[in-house]
Amino acid sequence: MLRFVLRRLLEFVPVFFIIVTLTFFLIRLAPGGPFAAERAVPEEVLKRLNEYYNLDAPLYVQYFDYLRDLAHGDLGPSFKKPTLTVSEWIALRFPVSLELGLYALGVALLIGLAAGFLAALRPNTATDHVPMSLAMAGICIPNFVLGPLLVLVFALWLEWFPVAGWDLQQDKVLPSITLGAAYAAYVARLSRAGMLEMLAQDFVRTARAKGVSETGVVLRHALWGGMQPVVTFLGPAAAGLLTGSFVVETIFQVPGLGREFIQAAFNRDYTMIMGTVLFYAGLILLFNLIVDIVQAWLDPRVRLS
Amino acid sequence: MDAQPQPMLEAEKGSSLGQDAWRRLRQNRAAVGGGGVLIVMLFLCVITPWMAPYSYEAQNLELGSVAPRQAHWLGTDQLGRDLLTRILYGGRVSFMVGFAATAVSLLIGVTYGALAGFLGGRTDSVMMRVVDILYTLPFTILVIILMVYLGRNLVLLFLAIGAVEWLTMARIVRGQVMSLRKKEFIEAAVVLGYSRRRILFRHLIPNSLGPIIVYCTLTIPQVMLLEAFLSFLGLGVQAPMSSWGLLIKEGVETMEDFPWLVVFPSIVLSLTLFSLNFLGDGLRDALDPRAGKD
Repeated sequence: MLRFVLRRLLEFVPVFFIIVTLTFFLIRLAPGGPFAAERAVPEEVLKRLNEYYNLDAPLYVQYFDYLRDLAHGDLGPSFKKPTLTVSEWIALRFPVSLELGLYALGVALLIGLAAGFLAALRPNTATDHVPMSLAMAGICIPNFVLGPLLVLVFALWLEWFPVAGWDLQQDKVLPSITLGAAYAAYVARLSRAGMLEMLAQDFVRTARAKGVSETGVVLRHALWGGMQPVVTFLGPAAAGLLTGSFVVETIFQVPGLGREFIQAAFNRDYTMIMGTVLFYAGLILLFNLIVDIVQAWLDPRVRLS
Repeated sequence: MDAQPQPMLEAEKGSSLGQDAWRRLRQNRAAVGGGGVLIVMLFLCVITPWMAPYSYEAQNLELGSVAPRQAHWLGTDQLGRDLLTRILYGGRVSFMVGFAATAVSLLIGVTYGALAGFLGGRTDSVMMRVVDILYTLPFTILVIILMVYLGRNLVLLFLAIGAVEWLTMARIVRGQVMSLRKKEFIEAAVVLGYSRRRILFRHLIPNSLGPIIVYCTLTIPQVMLLEAFLSFLGLGVQAPMSSWGLLIKEGVETMEDFPWLVVFPSIVLSLTLFSLNFLGDGLRDALDPRAGKD
């Protein structure tokens, strides 16, 4: 097991290296620099700025300097928001995205599991068709459509929730639902399929034959097994929720890392882009690793292949 | 069911895979509905330049933004541009991106996957390792960076999205080719002395068409979604051109006063994605009855 984990960890090194290199050259090969758009900056100041941020060095020198700093865990200062370093910005913004992601995960599990199990217990009736049609809608309707429509109905017309912001508890309802909806839809489909499979098993038939009540059958015998597909989905879902909130944060003006990344991309804030991309990449790789470990733990064949 | 030889023979001559699939597809109401919606939508988008009484960029500042009415069925935006016209023109762009980027991913994915599956052995494992590694890259993020820095032009958008979406296609085709390679008709082709290129392009790839078509129909909505997502962030199609993502983005900005500007493009985009997904699901069930629902 330890060897498996170490091997997977070693495989991440080249992936991470590719991401660093790709991002670094992508953003620097493009015309225009972070200070190109600044109005009325005297020649001398511009020169000092470029010197300070190491932008006057040849590209390959900048690249190796960046790698060296990165090896020391230093992501450098932000070009456009110099009050904090990139690491400090991430430390400030990421907890917001994390909170949003957790709420969205809660929404996804609560609605998804309930809908999925309900549908599985009464297959091919209205209790099955209605939630499953909604799940199809949840998968097909993108969050940048769902978000504005929710705002329109619940914030502007009914005035139940604020339009945007992230201070009060009620601010957090609409963004969490918007982000969680698609995942709720997947959870519903997965848990329905899992539950149906469990209910068709021999041990469920045996339990019923022994006279266990329907509630008992579902709760004690089928529930855990029926949730297995959802458990394996949790890894990718968590990664997706944490790294996929650009749009939701932009719509609802949530001060999270996703919005920071989009702004940095528009502002050509080199170090901030690099920092957030690497942070996101690290997160995704970490969640991949966790999923692999869980799978290897559940199924020894994965470990040996 | 009677043991009369005549009808038996006819039944055996009966249905090719294509006919079989077509029959199964027609029985799937969701897929037929989706297909119908798509045909109507595509038709309207194609004929728009000859039919629409307005231009997609013609402004009418005196009119401004008006709610749906007889002259403007879906209303107009703040610059007095007819929304229906802009939605249909946007549809041209969205569909074009969908088809073109899917074609790019098809080209790369099929070639790569077929080669890996056909060559097998060391080459195959190296090629698939590369796919595995690429899978772990945060592609949405890289596409965002690409669009910010390399300018926001359409061709680049096709290439960028196509380059992201080919990975799954490569895996599917490789699996298909691997399993076909051991079939008798391929062995026969080898024995007959056909060249490797001929075997690959005349026998292996055509016989993998079913899964390829299915995955294509499922890639198109993903691609259109990605385009809309980028345009929504202001990184895709630029004004005065229009695309559904861009229209939604513009609509959101004035949602409070002119809700129709966000509602109609949203409905059209969602309806299209719905239809494509239903059609894709239906095609999968029709072409590959063994594949499960999820």
